[in-house]
Amino acid sequence: MDLITSLLRSMPGAISLGLIWGIMAIGVYITYKILDIADLTVDGSICTGACVCAILTVNGVNIWLAVIAAVIAGMLTGLITGFFHTVLGIPAILSGILTQLMLWSINLKILGKANLGINARALKVIVTQLDKNKAIMTLIGFAAVVIVLLYLFFGTELGCSLRATGCNQNMSHAQGINNKFNKILGLVLSNGLVALSGALLAQYQGFADINMGRGAIVIGLAAVIIGDAIFSHISINFGIRLAGVALGGVIYYIVYQIVVWIGLDPELLKMLSALVVAIFLAVPYVKSEYFSYTAQFKAERKARKANAKLAKKEAKIAAKAAKKGGKA
Amino acid sequence: MLELKNIKKTFNAGTVNEKIALKNINLTLEEGDFVTIIGGNGAGKSTMLNAIAGTWLPDSGSVVVDGVDITDMPEYKRAKFLGRVFQDPRMGTATDMWLEENLALAKRRGKSRTFRWAITRKERDEYREMLKQLDLGLEERLTTKMGLFSGGQRQAVTLLMATMNKPKLLLLDEHTAALDPKTAAKVLELTDKFITEGKLTALMVTHNMKDAITHGNRLIMMNRGEIILDIKGEEKKNLTVEMLLEQFAKASGTEFMNDRALLG
Repeated sequence: MDLITSLLRSMPGAISLGLIWGIMAIGVYITYKILDIADLTVDGSICTGACVCAILTVNGVNIWLAVIAAVIAGMLTGLITGFFHTVLGIPAILSGILTQLMLWSINLKILGKANLGINARALKVIVTQLDKNKAIMTLIGFAAVVIVLLYLFFGTELGCSLRATGCNQNMSHAQGINNKFNKILGLVLSNGLVALSGALLAQYQGFADINMGRGAIVIGLAAVIIGDAIFSHISINFGIRLAGVALGGVIYYIVYQIVVWIGLDPELLKMLSALVVAIFLAVPYVKSEYFSYTAQFKAERKARKANAKLAKKEAKIAAKAAKKGGKA
Repeated sequence: MLELKNIKKTFNAGTVNEKIALKNINLTLEEGDFVTIIGGNGAGKSTMLNAIAGTWLPDSGSVVVDGVDITDMPEYKRAKFLGRVFQDPRMGTATDMWLEENLALAKRRGKSRTFRWAITRKERDEYREMLKQLDLGLEERLTTKMGLFSGGQRQAVTLLMATMNKPKLLLLDEHTAALDPKTAAKVLELTDKFITEGKLTALMVTHNMKDAITHGNRLIMMNRGEIILDIKGEEKKNLTVEMLLEQFAKASGTEFMNDRALLG
C-alpha cells in the first residue's frame, strides 16, 4: 500500500517534467515531422535555454525577461545550424552536431561553471518543484499557448509554405517558395521552443547543468512518436496532433516513473529510452520489409522450403546409395 | 517574350565526365507561341528548360523574359514568371498536403508569403470551379491528400497549379511521359485547353513525334546541345513523322535512333 502511495506521490513530478519535455518535443516535431530534418542542435539548445535563464535570474533579472532571453538564445542556435545547412551546404544532421558541440563551450561560458543553482525560495520563478500542483497548471498554460500559436502559424501562408518545403522541395521551388529561408525559419522556431523548455526545466529543478541536454533529442523523439502513435488515428487536426506530442512527453515521464518505481536502475534508463525509440523508428521499415507478405505468398514460400528440404534429403539418400554401391 | 541568348552549359567541366549540355543556344519566342521540343536522349531538351527555370546558372549567355533579364535571379524568385510541370508526377505537388492547400500555394506563387490565412473560404469555391474544368471529379475532394491521387490526377492538378496565375511562360518537361496512353491523351487535351484559353506562351518537351506535330504552332528539334530544326507556321501544319525523320537525318548527319520517339 505504501508502495502505491509512493508511486502516486511521484506522479505530479512526472507530469510536470513530462509537460516541460512535451514543449521541447513540440520543437522537435517542427523539424523532424514538418521539415523532415533530424536536428541534433536540441541537445545543446535546451541547455543554452537553461543556462541563459539561470544566469540572468541569479543576477536579479526579472524571470519573464530571463525566459524571453533564453528563447531568443535558442533561436540563435537554430540560426547557426540553419546557416551551416543552407548557406554552407553541410548535411542537416552534421550541422546540428557541429552546433551542439559548439554550444557545449558556449553554454559553459554563459554559466561560468559546470552548474548553477536557482534558489526558488529566494528568487521569484515561474515554475518550481516545490509547488508541483501550481507548476502543472502553469505548464499546461505554457503548452496551450505554444500549441495555439503554432496552430495559427501553420495555417498562414508562411506556415503553409514551410510545410511545403518539408514535403517536396521541387514543388515548393516551382511555386516560388524560398526553401532555404523556410528551413532556417523552422530551425529557429524549433530551437526557440526547445530553449523555452530548457529555461522552464532549470527553474523547475532548481539548477542549470552543463550536461543537462545529453540525449534530449531521444526524449523529444520518444514523445513525438508516442504522441503520433496515439493521436494520428484519432484526428488529423494539426492542433490535436501537437497536443498529442505534449501529452507524449507526459506519458514518457509517467512510464519513466513507473519503471523507476518497479526498481530498475535509473542509470539504465537512457539505454532503455534509446532502445524504445529505435524500436518505434524501425516499425514502419520492418513492417514493410518482413511482414507485408500475402497469405498466398507465405503458403507458397512454405511449399518452396519444404520442396527444397525434400530435394536435399533425396540427394543425400542417393549419394549414400551411390557410396554403398561403390564399396560393394 | 522569351529570349535565350548564347546560352552555354557544360557539366563537370575539366573532368573525365565532362558533358557539353548546351552549345550556344539562341531562341526567341513570340507572345502566344506554343513550342514543342523533340530530340534524342541527352539532346539538351530538359537542360534548356532548366536553364530557363533557373535550376542552375548558365556558363554564359542570358535569359530574358518579357524584357526582364532573369539570368541571375534565383529559382524561387523567377517562379513568379513561370509555370512548371515535371515528368515525375510526384514532383509537382506536395503529397502530404491537401489538394486545396496545394492549389493555395500555387495561387500565391510570386507573392510574398505573410501571416494572412493560407486559404480563404472564397478561394475554396474558386478552386472547386477550376477543378470542375478538369472533369476528374476532384472538386469534391478538396481536403484529400495529394499523395492519394493517381499519377494522371496529380499531373492534371499540377497543370492547373502551373497555369492558374497565367504565367508568362509555361514549361512542360515531358509531363505526360510517365502516364498510360489514355491518361496522357487526357492531360494533353487539358494542356491544349489551358494554353488556348489563357493565351499562354509555352514550351513543351516531348518524346513523342506525333504529339510534337499535332500540338503547338512551332516545333524545335534538338541534338547534342544544339537546335537543329525550327519549324513554324504553315510548314509545321503540313509536317509528318516521316518528314521529321528525314529532316533530322539531313540536319544531324545521323539517323534518329530512338524507338520511343518513333513508336510512342
